[in-house]
Amino acid sequence: MTQDPNRTPAQIEGDAFSIEDDVETTNTKSYSQGQLVRRRFFRHKGAMIALAVLILTILLAYTSIGIGPIPGWWGKDYLTPYPPVNGGQPTLQLWPFQIGEHPFGQDTIGKDYFALVMKGAQQSLFIAFAVGLLATFIGTTVGAIAGYYRGIAESLLMRITDLFIIIPTLVLAAVLGRMAGPSIILLALVLGVVSWTGLARLVRGEVLSLREREFVAAARAVGTPAPRIIVRHILPNALGTIVVNATLLISAAILLETALSFLGFGVKAPNTSLGLLVSEFQNALTTRPWLFWWPGIFILTIALCVNFIGDGLRDAFDPRQQMD
Amino acid sequence: MTTTDNQYPGQRFTGENPVLKFDDLDVRFRTEFGTVHAVKGLTLSVEPGEVMALVGESGSGKSVTATTALGLLPKTARIEGQTQVDDKTINKLSPRDLRKIRGKSVAMVFQEPMTALNPVIKIGDQLIESMEVHGVAYGRQAWNRAIDLLKAVGIPGAERRVNQYPHELSGGMRQRVVIAMALACDPEVIIADEPTTALDVTVQAEILDLLRSLKDKLNTGILLITHNMGVVADMADNVAVMFKGNIVERGPVEQVLLHPQHPYTKRLLSAVPHLGEGHGQFGEAPNPVAPDAEAALDVRNLVVEYQRAGKKPFRAVDDVSFDVRRGEIVGLVGESGSGKSTIGRALLGLIPSKSGEVRVLDEDLLSLRGSEMRKLRKRIGVIFQDPAASLNPRFPVGDVISEPLEVHKVGDRKSREARVHELLEAVQLPRSAFNRYPHELSGGQRQRVSIARALALRPDLLIADEPTSALDVSVQASVLAMFTTLQKEFGFACLFISHDLAVIDSLAHRVVVMQYGKIVEAGDREQVLHNPQQEYTRRLLAAAPVPDPIEQRERRAARHALLRELGDEIVELDTRELDQH
Repeated sequence: MTQDPNRTPAQIEGDAFSIEDDVETTNTKSYSQGQLVRRRFFRHKGAMIALAVLILTILLAYTSIGIGPIPGWWGKDYLTPYPPVNGGQPTLQLWPFQIGEHPFGQDTIGKDYFALVMKGAQQSLFIAFAVGLLATFIGTTVGAIAGYYRGIAESLLMRITDLFIIIPTLVLAAVLGRMAGPSIILLALVLGVVSWTGLARLVRGEVLSLREREFVAAARAVGTPAPRIIVRHILPNALGTIVVNATLLISAAILLETALSFLGFGVKAPNTSLGLLVSEFQNALTTRPWLFWWPGIFILTIALCVNFIGDGLRDAFDPRQQMD
Repeated sequence: MTTTDNQYPGQRFTGENPVLKFDDLDVRFRTEFGTVHAVKGLTLSVEPGEVMALVGESGSGKSVTATTALGLLPKTARIEGQTQVDDKTINKLSPRDLRKIRGKSVAMVFQEPMTALNPVIKIGDQLIESMEVHGVAYGRQAWNRAIDLLKAVGIPGAERRVNQYPHELSGGMRQRVVIAMALACDPEVIIADEPTTALDVTVQAEILDLLRSLKDKLNTGILLITHNMGVVADMADNVAVMFKGNIVERGPVEQVLLHPQHPYTKRLLSAVPHLGEGHGQFGEAPNPVAPDAEAALDVRNLVVEYQRAGKKPFRAVDDVSFDVRRGEIVGLVGESGSGKSTIGRALLGLIPSKSGEVRVLDEDLLSLRGSEMRKLRKRIGVIFQDPAASLNPRFPVGDVISEPLEVHKVGDRKSREARVHELLEAVQLPRSAFNRYPHELSGGQRQRVSIARALALRPDLLIADEPTSALDVSVQASVLAMFTTLQKEFGFACLFISHDLAVIDSLAHRVVVMQYGKIVEAGDREQVLHNPQQEYTRRLLAAAPVPDPIEQRERRAARHALLRELGDEIVELDTRELDQH
């Protein structure tokens, strides 16, 4: 390339009456789209509090009774019955503060209820995130392929999606859940397979509009192959929709698992989950209300936190919503 | 204008009885990254019957200034100083009193008539809305006035049109409806925010005729906001030039446009392409094409059709033949709907062609498939109109430019990076732009990036689809200058699609004029643009305004003479229709 001494950037950009600022002085700091989103998310108070609470809940659930063979800091496990203390009532006191022997009380046969609730929370969290990830993956793939290729692929994939939508999720999950047996991983798989439909439709809609954008035409014009266009050009621009709906999927999965376990199709004893605990002790509401309240509070906390985070993410991805 | 004996007819406006007045107006916006000072202490007035043009490029604050007159700025704006309409201070009014002013004392004509009209409401109902709100007329009476208004702005078949919806009208007709809406309550002042920017040049000339007769006959004050110096020369009595929130120069239109004092005004005017001045307006003139140059692109009898469900396919390009030789720039000119962009897209293989033959660099484009097609694409570069849309917002500039290299697996990471730096230098962007994202760059810088991307593979043929029409005029000038330099350096053949005859005049070797999917006229630039043979080309050329008020006045007279010769009516406001009430 030949060098023309008259052509320096300064000559074009730098004079006093140019409406274009120099590239260096446009901003003192450079933000990518991702950084902008992160910045807005971290400034969203509701989402930040929810994130902190969720992290604390996760830490509490996993460190207290440990995972599998790794023991936690809480000395008791969720299978062994202990001699009743104080008639099985919670020993947790706020004033004067004390944790006591069984902070959440004991169940009808004397098991430590704190350990039980922690185990239940572990299972519910695992199912929620596994389902969220799986459903997001399936939904995004189906939606992106249907939206980009259109034609037969779209008809086929979207009719399959419709098929999944018209079957009541609860019925499908119940049947498949019974087949899945006691394995928690299988249960998560089953729930993932039934809950991707909404996201698939959303992603398809987003891709339909993105594929008509000029930067996609520009990419096609240089000969970019279709898979690369989808992965590199279209999906990153649909990230907002995907991430926000993934969080909503997670909170929906917690509730779905709770509902299934409550109905007896989900997690089975001696394993436990928050939904199962609620179901088991629904009759105890009058005599031992704490057996009902503790798992209920945890379900509420986790679902609410995840929803708040989703809300914050949506605002971060779409700053126009915050204006005015 | 009646005062032709006066050297500067605009001087008859003294600013003593303004209908719209901005007094030391200062507007700031709160944003995520601190405060933006949009308007910095601006004083300006508009008198009855005066057209005050507020001229500036994007970001100059001209639209913000105008919006304060209607009190329509968002809540994030902090307004100091005063905006007075008809002795009332806008920023002190309650929302209720503000509503009384809007539409009644001050009305607005928007840029894009399709979005300014509600697509699901009949035109008649949209017209009577402001009349009923302001108690000017009700029911049957308002409906009749709506018909009169449409007649007044020269819409044929007004009785039928009031019952139609906006999509049933053409762009020019829609803008006339918007003007009729603005006139509905006899406002003292009309704010026209880029009223012709979205319109074709022949339609623009008609709308300008209408606006001009409107202020002469109704004595309405017009605040004309525009970036187009030709429109200013055609319409304005007085001009105020805005730059970054300040008025840098003001005065009668002849004085400002012909004898600019401020360096910014001079710079702005020198950047306006002038139809008739030919090559060399910006930077160097392009090299002449070798007489024996072989064809880089040869289009024979190309037909492109759009399929429509349940209807006959729409023929967007109908039997079109032309060629582009190596090293040659061919300008493809036409108004919206002429099929010029469709040709560009068909040549890129983005939409299928129905029949015909396209030979690109001696290969038959329409018969190629798969890897051979990709090999050919490597040799064709493309620049789209809107750089904000054609750059992936999630890619930093470096990735954008190296994308074609990566797709075609040219070189390794290091050599690609070196090539990107080379290209950045060629398009006069600093190396630091490498890590920037498109949204951090201005419009012109973004278009430089997309030019760099188009040149990354050293194409033999470049298809440029309105590459400068989304840019401000001073930016357009520097991009055009750079473009010609690059064309000389790289020697690519170029199909330059544009609606702007002046831009084509400044760089093309040959010109092809299209209308309704067919070629109307084709030939050398001098011949087509300076001695047109076809009626359509003559109309097109006559309608293009030049940034010189005196020359423009002559051109306008010549255009009216041409229209009369061709048996067309000259659009003007028919006040007889309005006087009945």
